[in-house]
Amino acid sequence: MLIELVNVSKTFSDGHRALSNINIKIDNGEFVFLVGPSGAGKSTLIKLLLKELEADQGTILINDKDVTRMKRKDIPFLRRSIGVVFQDFRLLHEKTVYENVAFAMEVVEAPAKDIRRQVPIVLSLVGLSKKSNLYPSQLSGGEQQRVSLARAMVNGPSILIADEPTGNLDPDTSWEIMRNLSEINHRGTTILMATHAKEIVDAMKKRVIAIEECTIARDDKKGGYGI
Amino acid sequence: MIEILQYEFMQRAFIAGIMVAVTCPLIGIFIVLKRLSMIGDTLSHASLAGIAAGMLWGFYPFWGALAFSVTGAIAIEKLRKTFSKYEEISNSIILSTGIGLAVVMIGLAKGFNTDLMGYLFGSIAAVNSQDIYIMSALSLVIILSVIVLYKKLFYIAFDEEGAQISGISVDFLNIYLTILTALTVVVSMRIVGVFMVSSMLVIPVAAAIQAGTGFIKTMILSVVFALISVVLGLILSYYLDIAPGGTIVLLSVLILLIVIFTKGIKKEK
Ligand SMILES: Nc1ncnc2c1ncn2[C@@H]1O[C@H](COP(=O)(O)OP(=O)(O)OP(=O)(O)O)[C@@H](O)[C@H]1O
Ligand SMILES: [Mg+2]
Repeated sequence: MLIELVNVSKTFSDGHRALSNINIKIDNGEFVFLVGPSGAGKSTLIKLLLKELEADQGTILINDKDVTRMKRKDIPFLRRSIGVVFQDFRLLHEKTVYENVAFAMEVVEAPAKDIRRQVPIVLSLVGLSKKSNLYPSQLSGGEQQRVSLARAMVNGPSILIADEPTGNLDPDTSWEIMRNLSEINHRGTTILMATHAKEIVDAMKKRVIAIEECTIARDDKKGGYGI
Repeated sequence: MIEILQYEFMQRAFIAGIMVAVTCPLIGIFIVLKRLSMIGDTLSHASLAGIAAGMLWGFYPFWGALAFSVTGAIAIEKLRKTFSKYEEISNSIILSTGIGLAVVMIGLAKGFNTDLMGYLFGSIAAVNSQDIYIMSALSLVIILSVIVLYKKLFYIAFDEEGAQISGISVDFLNIYLTILTALTVVVSMRIVGVFMVSSMLVIPVAAAIQAGTGFIKTMILSVVFALISVVLGLILSYYLDIAPGGTIVLLSVLILLIVIFTKGIKKEK
């Protein structure tokens, strides 16, 4: 099992309950949509996986490692094994496409040789080989999101987490991103994607986990978005 | 110019000044980008308590300043966690503690003397060769740290959460940067004085941000601005026979104004 949550609960310090008794198992190579109304706790769940937030109950296992009991100094290593993409791209505006992607390898001290080999590979994976010398401001929103996808993938993570990656994009561009994600998934990376994009979820026929009012309302193997 | 360089104390003042002009903007640029401009003030007041302690108990004030400002740096980071919703409170607490301790110990040491004035407003004549050795060692640590950690510090300054998620030890680096700031304060206090250290961390960087574009250019330009302020400031204060801290800071403010002004003219064209 790649990701496993057992009886996980999270209440914020102001007393607001965000997740209650969550049980989820995700296998290697799966593609999972995380859906549910705004405020249901999707982003909270993602932050627990990245240990940006601490669960106050339950156990979270990633690659058979107990994240909930992990020491502070080991957290950076956990995060290096997970690629993350956000709604708002978060690229460094002073750096070119190539530099943005290479930077993610440089900061974890990857050898220069690996960087020179790996960056062109992920850039071609997302179809941006020709734009590698442009700056983010010279790209469309969809292209910027593909850069952040390439950046998330460049260290070869076994899991890719995407929190509303198409939230700022029009439907056509959203589908480009989804094609990239499918391709990444076919190559063996497990994907967990939180989204409100009903058409996409319905069309992709992948596993859907629905969170409502802090708990799992539904977990379908080939599900739809629901109402 | 040649004439003043004949004096050994002036040579030392220039060497010390150059170290100030290089280290302050190097650290200052990260401080400014992280919106922590206040931290220089806090740490300089902490170091003032260390200077006072040295004068009271008779050890070399430089070591007192170093111990207190580094302790202050660590305390700020611990308190920041305690008051996570009101982070700037941690600065106020350390600043108050530092100035309080300093005032009490200066009182106990029976008041002001020329030594203390030198530490408050900067001094040309007071820099001795032992100071130069300590300052060189600290500057070396600061410069090497920035070179080695440059990319990570850059990432944290522009996107702290992104840096964290990509697996950088952000907590550790934040504490380390605060400690480097404490070292920079100690390097600078001899020449620019405790009261004006913070300005040297911020103003050359502010001027460079107004003028430059990319990060590296801004960094280089801020060092150039700081060098101009320090060298001219030392010469001026020698001829006017006043403490160098004020002239150096005023010159860097003047550079900032010139940059803003010429930028305004360019825009109108
Ligand atoms: N730091 C926090 N302190 C207190 N409450 C919080 C905090 N972060 C999130 N919450 C609350 O927890 C609940 C779940 O938030 P979360 O961001 O996980 O929702 P979401 O499912 O991602 O929603 P959306 O679809 O709008 O992104 C919300 O009610 C939110 O207000
Ligand atoms: Mg969310």
